[in-house]
Amino acid sequence: MPVISFENVRKVYPLPAGDVVALDGVDIAIDEGEFVLIMGPSGSGKSTLLNIMGSLDVPTSGEVTIAGNKIGGMDDDDLTLLRRDHIGFVFQQFNLIPLLSIVENVEYPLILKGRQNGTRERAEEVLRAVGIEKTHFTHKPGELSGGQQQRVAIARALVNDPDFLLCDEPTGNLDSKTGTAIMTLLDRMNREEGKTVVMVTHDPRMTEYADRTIRLVDGRVEE
Amino acid sequence: MTFFDLARRNVVRHWLRSSLAVIGIVIGVIAIASLGIMGNSIGLMFNDMVSDVGDTVIVSPATGVGGGKLTERQVSDIARAVGSNDVIPFSSTADKISVGDKEGGAMLYAIPAGDIPSLLEVESGGYPRDTGGGCLIGSELSANSRDNGLKLGARIRIGDETLRVVGVLKERGMGFDINPDYAIVVPYTWYSSHYDEEDYDQVIVKVRDVNDIDAVKESIEQRMNRREDVVNVMDTRGILESIFAATESITVFLAGIGAISLLVAGVSILNVMLMSVTERIKEIGVLRSIGTRRGEVMRMFIYEALLLGIAGALIGGVLSFCAGYVVTAVFVENPDYLFDPTSLLYIVFGMAFGVITSVASGLYPAWKAAHLNPIQALRHE
Ligand SMILES: Nc1ncnc2c1ncn2[C@@H]1O[C@H](COP(=O)(O)OP(=O)(O)OP(=O)(O)O)[C@@H](O)[C@H]1O
Ligand SMILES: [Mg+2]
Repeated sequence: MPVISFENVRKVYPLPAGDVVALDGVDIAIDEGEFVLIMGPSGSGKSTLLNIMGSLDVPTSGEVTIAGNKIGGMDDDDLTLLRRDHIGFVFQQFNLIPLLSIVENVEYPLILKGRQNGTRERAEEVLRAVGIEKTHFTHKPGELSGGQQQRVAIARALVNDPDFLLCDEPTGNLDSKTGTAIMTLLDRMNREEGKTVVMVTHDPRMTEYADRTIRLVDGRVEE
Repeated sequence: MTFFDLARRNVVRHWLRSSLAVIGIVIGVIAIASLGIMGNSIGLMFNDMVSDVGDTVIVSPATGVGGGKLTERQVSDIARAVGSNDVIPFSSTADKISVGDKEGGAMLYAIPAGDIPSLLEVESGGYPRDTGGGCLIGSELSANSRDNGLKLGARIRIGDETLRVVGVLKERGMGFDINPDYAIVVPYTWYSSHYDEEDYDQVIVKVRDVNDIDAVKESIEQRMNRREDVVNVMDTRGILESIFAATESITVFLAGIGAISLLVAGVSILNVMLMSVTERIKEIGVLRSIGTRRGEVMRMFIYEALLLGIAGALIGGVLSFCAGYVVTAVFVENPDYLFDPTSLLYIVFGMAFGVITSVASGLYPAWKAAHLNPIQALRHE
């Protein structure tokens, strides 16, 4: 059974000037352990697709199943818990919480999940796995380089052992060398840990890491 | 690390803004608590006075203090009208006195010797008898004239007669019947023969049960003022009430000002919290997208308001105590009233009001934060 499945998904934004169809009958199935790229021109619906996969948004019509849960009819809390327990997000702008130290940023999802003890140890373990040195654990996010911040963000996404990672241009804010390092890290997580990865990117060179690429044009999947 | 922690860190991060909001709450708490304490102290003072002198009915001649007197017969009529309650007639005058070679003036109260114990308490010595030329001196008179030799056992000359001080009275404070603290109290028989006077100035009726006061007044009026007004009857409780009625409405007015200042504080908390939400839209989007529920975001912001409120309430509570001391010491002249549980309750009340105000002001911003659309919040710069 696929981790993510879309059946005839449509997303329409009703605007005064007329409806904008962001997704127009999308069928997608992503299996466990896959590394999938989503590519397409600007405005083709990539972010919309990723938001629905991440249960941040719901489709106008069609059926979406995420980690075995049909999201039709779910309320806000159900969707939030789905994100917390099954999905790891990696953003282009890293989006670490400035109030929290590096290790606390990674600890946060564990605490959200209600874990009482061992959270610090688990956070440190994941931080080490993504290549952050112990001396940086107590720093604030702003004190780290972009590449380091993105590693921390990946650690945060992984800490609750999600069913899949969703990455929206994770290397978009990094120079190519740092970007490659981040891609290598994600690739390793996919290969060694069997983590499912779905990534939106504009960079054609990324295809070498991916098992397959889904191309979106005007809200449709192009075969 | 908890939501409370996050709230605390945000409050500390913007410490200047937070302290300004806290100052608002502090002022509100102080205003409510100290004004409440003031009102309460006035009430306590009233109760003290009522229990001291509130059981007294004073009967005086209707023709006024100048000419009118009450005869022996009228006094016994009054005594019959009030049943078993004590009736104490008295006269007063001022005269020149001398102690040793020192001369001065003093107020004299003349009370039948047998009635003195039911009206006045002695601090030292004993009570005078109808015969024997004894008298009592008031506590303040005694304290002020220690170097004059006016003390227990001293001899006072009034006109061509000599009285011996057999007792010093306990301090009695302000009264509506007699004010013996600065006066000399003599047995009525001595007064009567010395000034050749048979009648009395006023009659004090000590009502045993305060609830009977109206009935006692009524009964005296009916017996004495059948055809024309012969006597005026007034009770001290009524006098006190009319005095305190004015102060009470002032207290309500002042408490209103206190409430308004808290309202202003509430608005400033609201403002601070809205700023905090607006600045952190993106952060809220991140928190929501990685699995923080609406209720949890809401809690985080309410904790922030709660922290501001608690800080304001604690500081305000301590300062209220000081302000309460000043208020009771200056306006009511008795700081003891501050330590009365009912006064201290006003500090608790002010503090609770401060916390409630800030949490209430935090509700809307917290709700707003919790209901942001995560996608739009994430996109916010
Ligand atoms: N909240 C919204 N309200 C109205 N229209 C929207 C909204 N979000 C997206 N759209 C529209 O939906 C379409 C798809 O947008 P989307 O952001 O998914 O594109 P994208 O492929 O991610 O583009 P880019 O590569 O520039 O990020 C666009 O036409 C966009 O204008
Ligand atoms: Mg996009």
